[in-house]
Amino acid sequence: MTLKGFLLLGLGVLAGCSGAWNNPYPGDAPDANVLYSGFAERPKHLDPARSYSANEVEFTGQIYEPPLQYHFLKRPYELIPLTAEAVPRPRFFDAAGKPLPDDAPSAAIAESHYEIRIRPGIRYQPHPAFARDETGRYRYHALTEAELADKRRIGDFEHTGTRELVAADYVYQIKRLAHPRLSSPIYGLMSEHIVGLKALGEALQQAAKANPGVAPDVADFPLAGAEVVDRYTYRIRIRGKYPQFIYWLAMPFFAPVPWEAEAFYGQPGMADRNLTLDWQPVGSGPFYLAENDPNRRMVLKKNPYFHGETYPSDGADADRAAGLLADAGKSLPFLDAAVFSLEKETIPYWSKFLQGYYDSSGISSDSFDQAIQFGASGDPQLTGSMREKDIRLLTVGATSLWYVGFNMLDPVVGGLGEDRSKLRQALSIAFDYEEFISIFLNGRGSPAQGPIPPGIFGHVAGAAGINPYVYEVRDGRVQRKSIEVARQLLAEAGYPNGRNAKTGEPLVLYFDTMASGPDAKARLDWIKKQLDKLEVQLVVRGTDYNRFQDKIRKGNAQLFEWGWNADYPDPENFLFLLYGPHKKVGTGGENAANYDNPEFNRLFERMKDMDNGPARQAVIDEMLEIVRRDAPWIFAYYPKSFGLTHGWVHNVKPNLMANNTLKYRRIDPELRAARRAQWNAPVLWPLGLMGLAVIAAIAPAVVAWRRHESGVA
Amino acid sequence: MHAYILRRLLYAIPILIGVNLLTFTLFFVVNTPDDMARLQLGAKHVTPEAIERWKTEHGYDRPLLLNRDAAGMAQLTDTIFFRHSAAMFAFEFGKGDDGRDIGTEIRTRMGPSLAIALPVFVIGLLVNISFALLMVFFRASYLDVGGVVLCVVLMSISGLFYIIAGQYFIAKLWNLLPISGFADGIAAWKFIVLPVLVGVVSGIGSGARWYRTIFLEEIGKDYVRTARAKGLPEARVLFHHVLKNGMIPILTGAVVVLPLLFMGSLITESFFGIPGLGSYTIDAIQAQDFAVVRAMVFLGAFLYIVGLILTDISYSWVDPRVRLQ
Repeated sequence: MTLKGFLLLGLGVLAGCSGAWNNPYPGDAPDANVLYSGFAERPKHLDPARSYSANEVEFTGQIYEPPLQYHFLKRPYELIPLTAEAVPRPRFFDAAGKPLPDDAPSAAIAESHYEIRIRPGIRYQPHPAFARDETGRYRYHALTEAELADKRRIGDFEHTGTRELVAADYVYQIKRLAHPRLSSPIYGLMSEHIVGLKALGEALQQAAKANPGVAPDVADFPLAGAEVVDRYTYRIRIRGKYPQFIYWLAMPFFAPVPWEAEAFYGQPGMADRNLTLDWQPVGSGPFYLAENDPNRRMVLKKNPYFHGETYPSDGADADRAAGLLADAGKSLPFLDAAVFSLEKETIPYWSKFLQGYYDSSGISSDSFDQAIQFGASGDPQLTGSMREKDIRLLTVGATSLWYVGFNMLDPVVGGLGEDRSKLRQALSIAFDYEEFISIFLNGRGSPAQGPIPPGIFGHVAGAAGINPYVYEVRDGRVQRKSIEVARQLLAEAGYPNGRNAKTGEPLVLYFDTMASGPDAKARLDWIKKQLDKLEVQLVVRGTDYNRFQDKIRKGNAQLFEWGWNADYPDPENFLFLLYGPHKKVGTGGENAANYDNPEFNRLFERMKDMDNGPARQAVIDEMLEIVRRDAPWIFAYYPKSFGLTHGWVHNVKPNLMANNTLKYRRIDPELRAARRAQWNAPVLWPLGLMGLAVIAAIAPAVVAWRRHESGVA
Repeated sequence: MHAYILRRLLYAIPILIGVNLLTFTLFFVVNTPDDMARLQLGAKHVTPEAIERWKTEHGYDRPLLLNRDAAGMAQLTDTIFFRHSAAMFAFEFGKGDDGRDIGTEIRTRMGPSLAIALPVFVIGLLVNISFALLMVFFRASYLDVGGVVLCVVLMSISGLFYIIAGQYFIAKLWNLLPISGFADGIAAWKFIVLPVLVGVVSGIGSGARWYRTIFLEEIGKDYVRTARAKGLPEARVLFHHVLKNGMIPILTGAVVVLPLLFMGSLITESFFGIPGLGSYTIDAIQAQDFAVVRAMVFLGAFLYIVGLILTDISYSWVDPRVRLQ
């Protein structure tokens, strides 16, 4: 075959490929009603008792259905029923078991009871665990090794079945939280609250020890704190009053798990084939996991037995203006499937997004300037090239906080004395986080004024909500206090010009961080520069994650950088980070700064049990005043999240609490197919040019070779 | 020959035990079982009890190397080292900390790794040898100098640059191939072409220069002069005699890496979304999954030993003077 023929054949093969040559989904129809997304890190766990991190809940949130969910559109965040008939209200009881009124003082409440009634008729996804033969016996609950020999995936089982969701499935899952084999991340927390959960955990552990190699069945063990009332109703008993428990009922930890799934996956030989409940979920949600290859891609498909739910019809005017109510009342989910491909690096992800092969994308620092520009008023806008592609920008203030913590047990920066507070206040002023946000975050953040981020009850926006120890209102604008104020505070703290007034020794502080490498160097240099303003020396102690955690746990750090992301939209979830009894040292709690102010603690205990309202806001204001004065943290910034979606993606509204929003997403597959074809036409001239270049490189060699061979020695 | 191979395989046992012990020691110098538990359990709400439960469940609640509370041999066998290492000699790798079977993962991921590494190796070898022979053919001419300069230029560029440039031009700008991804079966070809192309081009600089050095050394030997004196064409001298005699140093470098092709490439797999063993290893290191790390190090050491044995066998194949005893 001649070179020309070979090239023509090659081009023919390429041209024979369906769609564009660079299409990374060769088997998919171009106009399929499928959403395409990616994941950078494969999920570790998909068992609802274990999955907690965002990349896990992204899947379990679509598959499992806890009794409650967050309203998709309403802000502030509002809980609404999912499988429950109504959002349960706790009933309170005293130590003698007598009912108490709703406004009973917290001290009098011995137990809170949550009685949850789920809607009848909800069914699980099709799954072989439910498959029965003609006699009604489960087909796949007593498999032999020979029967399992050719089974590698769930799809290899010929028969599937379903059954109705019942209250006992929820109770079963609550018991699973205590199973030692599962190591549920919330077992420790929940065992403090759910009556009998700790005892159940201990009993299961003893049973496991007594019979090694055989996992005890939680169904054989009673749990006083979770009981079935009737087929569709169950009751959870909580010690004392714990109003935040209601939020946990919207997380997959409290989703139902059918006993059949455990019986199916618990058979010998299943785990060796990676057929476990941790990898092959069984839920009742709008999607089920049809393909699970976390090394490559995971595919969610529409659950044919989904109980039905409609798109919300109540939202704000802004939602209506943004077209977010156009689908009100329509059946969910809109998508037939969602394909998540493993994409570890940001550059390929971004390129594929621009080619239309991913429907949405974040914005990494590499591509920020290509995507975003700031208007005259400082507001972020899309660049012209993004607008040309009809890409939309979504921004949302994350319900998160970053801070620099002071170890309050440290002899130099810790303690509640006035001089120490002034030292910390001086440092708080010196850390210019407006500059940090501009340089390192491309403006994606706002300086923090306290421990409660925007979007959470208790946060006060504007001038009324500023930290008066760090900021002031000048010329009608909120501005950071001048460095002279910081110097004055430092002098009053006993360190004029950064030196100990008694010994003359320079003040040397130590900053512990997990950041390392060239990327972190600029940030760490910036931090040093902030303290240079006060002539305070800073020694950066970079370390790995393990050593950093160890230092914090043992109280060996002095200054450190940390953050917190809300579990639920309640101020308790942030203020508990400063609650004395939750100190890291000694108790292993989440109070990494080891801050322990009795007045703050007293107010916290009062605030955590209150309903949102003016009275609670007043208590929170008092707490904020204390914590701003004591300054155990330098309140760094509240991050902002920027995201992009293509014009064919609809019903996208960032919801930082809900994890089941895929069912609301709608796409226009025809528009996407047209745009992909338009954007990805192959450019062939480089192939010809490369061919010519190769010929140009080889020809002189061939000529020289022939001349050499024909020459006379 | 058989006795030699058997003896070499037996030598491998103490080497593998040593590698295993070294991996174990290095890993646990940096990470404690408590650290591993914390990483697996997440950053929030982790209690000391939860850590103890995780360690018990995963068999990390025992002493590392010596159990003083046990009696007799159990002092050595009832330890983390023994319990997590002994079965590997039967290629039973157990489960990772995420609960997935490591053997199944290795079997699944070997294919994609090989799909990239094998063509890169074979095509790279052919291209590098051909290019090196051409440079030798035109030695001391402008073409040779130009070739060497090109090699140095190619060597001086970071491997990452080739990947990013390949993705940018071929996949993004010219839309000729997918930027990243993988597919099963025959559909995988369009995902393989670009990483293979990048792998081959990025290896030309160092490979061709190395082979050029080998061939230049050979070309000055007496047998080459004799071949030319016999009137053989230069092409036959080079491609028949010089190439064959230059095979021993080539085989030293090439055959030893042959089994290691199974292990994949860390960066290439990561950038091109190839679900191979390279990315599996790097993920395990980042996740502090000791079970996977030790399995991959064990497998790597074993394959390296196999590679060395294959190299020795190949010596005797290309050079009849070499006898394995």
